[in-house]
Amino acid sequence: MVKSTSKDAQDLFRSLRSAYSATPTNLKIIDLYVVFAVFTALIQVVYMALVGSFPFNSFLSGVLSCIGTAVLAVCLRIQVNKENKEFKCKRKTIKTKLGGFLWECGYV
Amino acid sequence: MVIKYESVIHEFDPYFNYRVTQFLSKNGIYEFWNWFDDRTWYPLGRVIGGTVYPGLTLTAGTIWWGLNSLNIPLSVETVCVFTAPVFSAFASWATYLLTKEVKGSGAGLAAAALLAMVPSYISRSVAGSYDNEAVAIFALIFTFYLYIKTLNTGSLFYATLNALAYFYMVCSWGGYTFIINLIPMHVLLCIVTGRYSPRLYIAYAPLVVLGTLLAALVPVVGFNAVLTSEHFASFLVFIIIHVVALVYYIKGILSPKMFKVAVTLVVSIGMVVCFIVVAILVALVASSPTGGWSGRSLSLLDPTYASKYIPIIASVSEHQPPTWPSYFMDINVLAFLVPAGIIACFSPLSDASSFVVLYIVMSVYFSGVMVRLMLVLAPAACIMSGIALSQAFDVFTGSIKYQLGASSNSTDDAEDNTSTNNAPKDDVSAGKTDKGEEIVKERSSKKGKKKEREPADKPSVKAKIKKKALVLPLEASIVALLLLIMLGAFYVIHCVWAAAEAYSAPSIVLTSQSRDGLHVFDDFRESYAWLSHNTDVDDKVASWWDYGYQTTAMANRTVIVDNNTWNNTHIATVGTAMSSPEKAAWEIFNSLDVKYVLVVFGGLIGYPSDDINKFLWMVRIGGGVFPHIKEADYLRDGQYRIDSEATPTMLNSLMYKLSYYRFVETDGKGYDRVRRTEIGKKHFKLTHFEEVFTSHHWMVRLYKLKPPRNRIRGKAKKLKSKTSSGLSSKSAKKNPWV
Repeated sequence: MVKSTSKDAQDLFRSLRSAYSATPTNLKIIDLYVVFAVFTALIQVVYMALVGSFPFNSFLSGVLSCIGTAVLAVCLRIQVNKENKEFKCKRKTIKTKLGGFLWECGYV
Repeated sequence: MVIKYESVIHEFDPYFNYRVTQFLSKNGIYEFWNWFDDRTWYPLGRVIGGTVYPGLTLTAGTIWWGLNSLNIPLSVETVCVFTAPVFSAFASWATYLLTKEVKGSGAGLAAAALLAMVPSYISRSVAGSYDNEAVAIFALIFTFYLYIKTLNTGSLFYATLNALAYFYMVCSWGGYTFIINLIPMHVLLCIVTGRYSPRLYIAYAPLVVLGTLLAALVPVVGFNAVLTSEHFASFLVFIIIHVVALVYYIKGILSPKMFKVAVTLVVSIGMVVCFIVVAILVALVASSPTGGWSGRSLSLLDPTYASKYIPIIASVSEHQPPTWPSYFMDINVLAFLVPAGIIACFSPLSDASSFVVLYIVMSVYFSGVMVRLMLVLAPAACIMSGIALSQAFDVFTGSIKYQLGASSNSTDDAEDNTSTNNAPKDDVSAGKTDKGEEIVKERSSKKGKKKEREPADKPSVKAKIKKKALVLPLEASIVALLLLIMLGAFYVIHCVWAAAEAYSAPSIVLTSQSRDGLHVFDDFRESYAWLSHNTDVDDKVASWWDYGYQTTAMANRTVIVDNNTWNNTHIATVGTAMSSPEKAAWEIFNSLDVKYVLVVFGGLIGYPSDDINKFLWMVRIGGGVFPHIKEADYLRDGQYRIDSEATPTMLNSLMYKLSYYRFVETDGKGYDRVRRTEIGKKHFKLTHFEEVFTSHHWMVRLYKLKPPRNRIRGKAKKLKSKTSSGLSSKSAKKNPWV
């Protein structure tokens, strides 16, 4: 039972990896950015856990803006993904993403 | 309204908002953010910058500033008075947009027209009702519109706008928690019913993150945006939607077999992790005091909570559950059209229409708890009714067109199809009470009807029969159309009447009709003017909290408690003082540096909202903090009386004495027109207070605290031995009245 599950798990990872590598490069760049943003947020959380939460508002703004850019990047990815039949190829998504990102920066 | 009375600010809360706006326009925004108000809640003061929802005042301030910079010299008061009607026009426009997104522009127009007149919304947006809801309802509808628009188009532009509109809503009203709980609920509903799509993610995820960021910007909310339970739903659903998105993504790139493996793996691990996380969350929420629900939210969820634990929330009349007739009064005909609209939303069911259905269900529940939230129900009801009305009109006019267009070839077919409709036809001509059922029956045929409306002019009758189209006969359609128009006419008449009679009264100026014509009771303003002219600027006035805002704004005197009711103990202190005998009350007021006491009394003219009627709440609230005040002491056999059968505690209380001092001189018998009896104790003197002012109709009575006497008779020897121990605080508490 355990052997079969571990074999299944390995198969799973392999198929995941192969399927993922098939995605186009621009999407992969976006994914990398998302991972980076989430990673930054995680670092801030760990820092807060170590050092204490004063001042709380800077912690909040830091974490939320990181997560915010991550979310916006995911939205961008959704919109640019050619496999997504609901969206046409968009050039203006860059503008919209930039818009959200910019005033988020303004807030921080 | 403005025409009948003058351009005056209504009620109580708007006076506070008006005063804040005055301050803002005079001193600018930086002073406003940092304003510490020392003219209320003496001696505590109030941090205005951190406890007020700035949306309304900033909006009005901006409008005033903008107009003045264009050299249109409007006073702040004018801007304040007219902000509400202007924003209700915007709200109507927003309703049009929202309903258009859900069902189309016809429904949108109908909904906007309905909202323009619905009494419930008019009550909070008359000229002069300068309260938070005036702009908040517009912000609410607009935020919902942008959410639905994002859901429908999946465009980040609208998502950004949505977050901005949500920010404006958070600035304006505490009811923003309704949005931040309704939208996650809807997302959850969509996920559960299998309607997840990338657009849902785009609509929801940026809103949560950006919205929380922005909400934390508003000082009133601050860190509550992430700490209090009212917001947890949004974070929970945020996590859930990420999980679901991930699941869909993986499903898309894996083969089905692999996916099954993945699922089993994830589920087994995931369950354990989930359990741990949930356990941690529950422990966090249960242990931390700030992580719990606030009192008002709890009383929404459990309607009996407030009456058991927090009498001050229970005592506000706006927080009581509404009566059935008030539903009819406030939304009138819409109450019948709403169910029809709900059914119309189900055919076809889209994300947007499921949202509107959820909105109305939730708002009906909450409005059943608190009458103030009828206001949130009003736009939902208008949207639903707009949908129902426009669908009904579509069906009728469509069948008229169809009947007139294809009358030559399709009479036999039409008759076959409409044989089932003959029964409703008779009902319709019988009376419009059956209207609801008829519309319901049409809803089932609406789908077929819509499809066959386009080919109505083509002679392909047989195709229509295959689509099971149910066409209504011409007469039925015309009659139904006329009845619908009549329904609309009744609605308009009712709304105009309600607006003119029931909701226009600024409660600061009262009127009544009598044989001699219109009587105007301007006692409140008279007494505030007296206060501002005949007392020192630093004198403190004690009254019940209802009048706090008006006193600070119009009489410009420091008050002890006001309508913000943020400090229950302070209010309980005032309540205890009002319920105590004169000596004890004098001591309490003296310790608060009070100079004047204001009492509202309606016994002479029959004004029912006076302090004697509110007195039991003072006793309850005071008794909640100071246990020596017991409500039973003031009731005779469980009944609240002020006549000769009243209890001695009642007859000796400060409130009784201040209300009825010299009242017997008015008509010789002391007949109280509100309580409809003669008062119990008629001839008495006040020892610790002196009357300084009584307004024209005895509605407002002002008393001054008598200063302690210079000489103390009698017990001088006892005092000497006590003062030798030399505690100054003790001598301050010592009663110099012997």
